[in-house]
Amino acid sequence: MTVDPTLAVIWACILAIGFLIYVVLDGFDLGIGMLFGVADSEHDRRVMMNSVAPIWDGNETWLILGGAGLFAAFPVVYASLLPALYLPVIIMLMALIMRGVAFEFRYKATGGYRTIWDLGFVLGSGVASFCQGAALGTLMQGLPIENGQYAGGPFIWFNAFSLYCGFGLMAGYMLLGATWLVLKTEGGLQEWSYRRIRPLMIVVSLFLLVGVLWMLIDYSHMGQRWWRNPEFLLLPLGGLVAAWLLWRSVDRRQELMPFWAAAAGFGLAFVALAFSFWPYVIPPSVTIYDAASVSAAQTFMLHGMAILLPIVLIYTCFVYWIFRGKATAEIEYD
Amino acid sequence: METELVLLSRLQFAFTVTFHIIFPSLTIGLAAWLATLEGLHLFTGNADYRRVFNFWIKLFAVSFGMGVVFGIVMAFQFGTNWSVLSGKTGNIQGPLLAYEVVTAFLLEATFLGVVLFGRDRLPPWAYFLCCCMVAIGTTLSAFWIMVNNTWMQTPVGFELDANGYFLPTSWYDIIFSYAVWMRFPHMLFGAYLTTCFVAAATGAWFLLQNRSPRQAKIMVTMALGLAAVLVPVQMVFGHLNGTEINETQPAKLAAIEARWETQQPASLTIIGIPLPSQERNILAIDIPVLGSCIDAGDCSAEEPGLKSFPPEDRPPVVIPFFTFRIMVGMGVIMLAVAWYGMLLQARGRLYTSRWFLWVVVACFPVGWIAVIAGWYTAEVGRQPWVVYNHLRTEDAHSPLTLFDLIVSLAGFVILYLAIVSAGAWYMLRMVRYGPQPDDEPIDDSGQLGSSKRPLAVPRETSLGIGE
Repeated sequence: MTVDPTLAVIWACILAIGFLIYVVLDGFDLGIGMLFGVADSEHDRRVMMNSVAPIWDGNETWLILGGAGLFAAFPVVYASLLPALYLPVIIMLMALIMRGVAFEFRYKATGGYRTIWDLGFVLGSGVASFCQGAALGTLMQGLPIENGQYAGGPFIWFNAFSLYCGFGLMAGYMLLGATWLVLKTEGGLQEWSYRRIRPLMIVVSLFLLVGVLWMLIDYSHMGQRWWRNPEFLLLPLGGLVAAWLLWRSVDRRQELMPFWAAAAGFGLAFVALAFSFWPYVIPPSVTIYDAASVSAAQTFMLHGMAILLPIVLIYTCFVYWIFRGKATAEIEYD
Repeated sequence: METELVLLSRLQFAFTVTFHIIFPSLTIGLAAWLATLEGLHLFTGNADYRRVFNFWIKLFAVSFGMGVVFGIVMAFQFGTNWSVLSGKTGNIQGPLLAYEVVTAFLLEATFLGVVLFGRDRLPPWAYFLCCCMVAIGTTLSAFWIMVNNTWMQTPVGFELDANGYFLPTSWYDIIFSYAVWMRFPHMLFGAYLTTCFVAAATGAWFLLQNRSPRQAKIMVTMALGLAAVLVPVQMVFGHLNGTEINETQPAKLAAIEARWETQQPASLTIIGIPLPSQERNILAIDIPVLGSCIDAGDCSAEEPGLKSFPPEDRPPVVIPFFTFRIMVGMGVIMLAVAWYGMLLQARGRLYTSRWFLWVVVACFPVGWIAVIAGWYTAEVGRQPWVVYNHLRTEDAHSPLTLFDLIVSLAGFVILYLAIVSAGAWYMLRMVRYGPQPDDEPIDDSGQLGSSKRPLAVPRETSLGIGE
């Protein structure tokens, strides 16, 4: 009964891909939730909501997959990270509840009550995004772990860098959301979304730039690998290409390119971040090998996932394909 | 401080799981019923099935939505609040939860969107298949969570390492244990019966109001008919669960029966009031010998009493004793109503017997009460263990502070009460609005407030865009 290092690496990759899928998929619908708050009209708000209504539930389930996957493949991480980040995680869950029920409730509410659910939708989306960013920022700084359990206080996440990451992720999700709206809408709302892309790009780039410098100065353990493996500087280079494609796509009024460019940017940043962590999963002490579940558990899951995850991806693509085309305010009604 | 932490963590878990289970209990049954209705419509072409489907899908959407968001909380709470448990059992419970996500949650959540919004985008047979996918997903989620819970109740297929970590030795034993196959059907049928009585009550209410009678008759007949068959089956599984507990968790059974002394043969306490401080019952009605017959299937069997367990290993008595009796009582009510309903049906008086229809309306919550009472029996009865006989609940919690728990518990209570009240209000309004009248063409518009006939808003007032 031991940990198999190869399996640990495979599972780290599977989970990283799972989290990346979550970040991109729920990222755009959380982003739309925030943009919903500044939409021009009830018509636009309906279109925005309809552009994600059939798929948000599936998107959010990838978060549960991430949580359950951690629990299964790296139980030490699940059991120490969640108590360390207790309040941000709990507040994120509450925010996701607010936002999730808004999809159903806003259309059933009348008068002033609809405003309450709309507010819940915007605040829920914003707070959930913020908490995810803050949790990531806290993890980047490192957590004290003893005997597989968290050994710090309740406010470790309450510091400038974590809060900064929280706001940064909000901006990033809004950018993704705007590119999704470009893809799924037309007319005035599409134009409105195009005009949101560049300002958001500038904000996100500034957040990234300052964040990287801040990390290198104050949290130098995250930068060490970069000095040793400079070939990975290709990642930020790729990021520049994605940014250039995104910037240009606004002028060209391309519909599909903005989303893919933004998603690629997220993907590259995600890989860069994973590379900075490697092989630690909770700096400064827990590596993926320390945290991995025994090979009996990881093998059992790998057999199932090898068959099931491709099936999941196929039917997820199928459902996105069913709902291809532009969203309207009067979905499914003709 | 430790005691309060454990207590608050337990309260929070009990609160969030109680509010969560309300929705899956309804949606597991509804998903299967909706798929059946869609299949019947496809097969017979009878438009009434479609109208019943279109009515229930709206309630399903709200119920499912709440179940999902409350369920996400559950998936993280093992780690946030019970980190010692999840650290030590992660090698076993983690993979089970991961399989639940991949086989069940992703399936139901992804295809739900198609069922709610995709009818016009697919041929009828493909739409029917999507309904089946949602039904399969909800059923599988019930299965995996029962595997997980059953492993904690009767842990098998594992070994303990030197640090007290649970390591899997046989996944076959874990997933295909006898207890799983007693407990999973019991939960599944509990969910089906919850749906039966909600559906029957709704149909009965429409009949009493003389609204949409054809659709209402479908609801009442299908629901009570299924219940008439399912309640006896459920009782058999309930009994098998009891004999299983008798072997694996005798302390829980002693608590359920409020049996303090070891007896041979044991009597059965029908009702009474257990006094844990004095280790006896008052006002009890006991029937000799029957306890051994029911619990062990052997009328001369010796049944251990609570006093034969060390005090620190005894579960609480009052809650399991009463919740078990509430569950059984609900079962008896369900059986009486369903069978009497079928008797009336055979005599052609089911739809006209007003007093009986009122009884059916009043019975709408019996399934929920039974499910929740049954869960309390199972979960309180297994205390003080979280992994039975191996890990105590008091040793399993996270290194949190009281501040953390007060904030989170207060937040959950406020948020859940607000959302469940609103959800219940909207669902009741949808029920009041009723199925689409027969003289209107079938409206398959999506679930958002998008059609000419917006949801749950009285027909006269039109809800225009841009108001």
